[in-house]
Amino acid sequence: MAAISYPAAVGDTVDPTRLKHKLTRNLKERFIELLLMFCGLVAVFTTVAITIILVYESIGFFNFVSVWDFITGTVWTPLFENPQYGILPLVSGTLTITAIAMLVAVPMGTVIAIYLSEFAPHGAREAIKPALELIQAVPTIVFGYFALLFVTPMLQATILPDLPGFNMLVPGLVIGVATIPTIATLAEDAMRAVPGAMREAAYAMGGNKMQVALQVVMPAAVSGVVAAYVLAMARAIGETMVVAIAAGQNANFTFNPMEAAATLTAYIAQVSMGDLEHGSVGYASIFAAGLVLLLMTLVLNLAGHFLRQRYRRAY
Amino acid sequence: MVTEPLAQAAAAPAAAIKAEVRDLSFYYGDFKSLKGISLPIEEHKVTALIGPSGCGKSTLLRCFNRMHDLYPGNRYEGAINLFPDNVNILARDVDPIEVRMRIGMVFQKPNPFPKSIYDNVAYGLRVRGLRNKTELDDRVEKALKGAALWEEVKNRLDEVAFAMSGGQQQRLCIARALATEPELLLFDEPTSALDPIATGSIEELIQEIREQVSILIVTHNMQQAARVSDYTAYMYLGELIEFGKTDNIFVKPQRKETEDYITGRFG
Repeated sequence: MAAISYPAAVGDTVDPTRLKHKLTRNLKERFIELLLMFCGLVAVFTTVAITIILVYESIGFFNFVSVWDFITGTVWTPLFENPQYGILPLVSGTLTITAIAMLVAVPMGTVIAIYLSEFAPHGAREAIKPALELIQAVPTIVFGYFALLFVTPMLQATILPDLPGFNMLVPGLVIGVATIPTIATLAEDAMRAVPGAMREAAYAMGGNKMQVALQVVMPAAVSGVVAAYVLAMARAIGETMVVAIAAGQNANFTFNPMEAAATLTAYIAQVSMGDLEHGSVGYASIFAAGLVLLLMTLVLNLAGHFLRQRYRRAY
Repeated sequence: MVTEPLAQAAAAPAAAIKAEVRDLSFYYGDFKSLKGISLPIEEHKVTALIGPSGCGKSTLLRCFNRMHDLYPGNRYEGAINLFPDNVNILARDVDPIEVRMRIGMVFQKPNPFPKSIYDNVAYGLRVRGLRNKTELDDRVEKALKGAALWEEVKNRLDEVAFAMSGGQQQRLCIARALATEPELLLFDEPTSALDPIATGSIEELIQEIREQVSILIVTHNMQQAARVSDYTAYMYLGELIEFGKTDNIFVKPQRKETEDYITGRFG
């Protein structure tokens, strides 16, 4: 076996240090790495801090109100002489309005996404997408007054004469419309990300546009579409102004959309704008409501996460 | 450039013609990418399209199932006559979906649908309105056997197709195309994303299925064209330079350009 012969280092023609680590470069890379990590940690830190504060302030509240009464009580009157702290009316209001909003936004948003991604000619898409995005730019307080002063009177004058001035139906519908762009644009992105090769395969098999859109593109995009639904639902749950203005602000344990009610967010907004004494039970109650809100969105996000995992596709 | 591309085919013993390209030009917007192509496709034979990148071979292939109709700004001129009906499938009054019902395609990269193995193969049948479960089962099994995949997948028809290997996925795509019993099957560089073993099994398959279907295959790989095809067409810059029996094209090409390409002096 022939031994490998290495060229001898020839005096000053070969710099013996040229393959060694460079201190300055290492420091620079380390610094950049730390900077990037710090930016990532800001988001983590914020979430953790909010959770800690909510839990900490809620402990004070739960020293005063039993957890059982809180989660099973059907009367929420923390600002009355004889306060009661049952969270269910706020939860029912939140769920009812979110459900109505999703009944509007999911079908509409999905249909618009399918149209934009699979059917619309280039010109139509270029006109409709910016218009949709403009809806997202409208401040929600405008939607709130639109609901209270335009939509409710219009429904009262036409198909629902018995509709009270404050109700859950109209805020639900308006939030639904306001959330359509979230679903439409995100679901459209997901559908357009489906590889053209898959679409071509479906057309090559003799599929028509509808069959290709519904049987091939939608199933391929389902994880992104579900993510759009989850995000839209989180937005609807968290929506505050429309509800605070048009739903009536009195906590009412009902799922009837024709009645007035308050939601978790509307209650928090209402109380934090009043001048409640720091440390009072009423003050602490908004943290407990906030904690419930956080838990609801957490459950939603986890559900979305598992659905995405379940339907994840590798193209 | 080629005045009588049909001459050589006519010299061969009279065989049935499945399709005939007649003075076909194709435009991507203003760009003329096919320039007056004429070419016969013989029934139950494999015809290979070869040529350097950008020569228009895939563009020509995709005319056969009107794939270009999916994108705006494309225009056909001339004809592809499909026999026995002798109908020009590029005609304006011909529905591209009807054309695709009769002419199948297998793509460069395996592109199964995000569905189970069974549903992938059944897709074309369901699109054609077949709902009967027994008949679907039979035709799916037949297609998978035809694509030499049945033994490997018969116990996991419900699994998602993405779990298969690349070669298996491509054979699944062939099964999917075979299930609808097309008259003509288009292959667009079907093995360019596969390893040599998977490539070998696809080539073998192409040899076998030509009993059932006429085949048009685009390939980058000249050895592949020599191995699988009965006829070969050499294209360059949107023109058909030479067409003839594969043996003749590879052994004694008539034109200098073809010879240069085949011997590797060019391309």
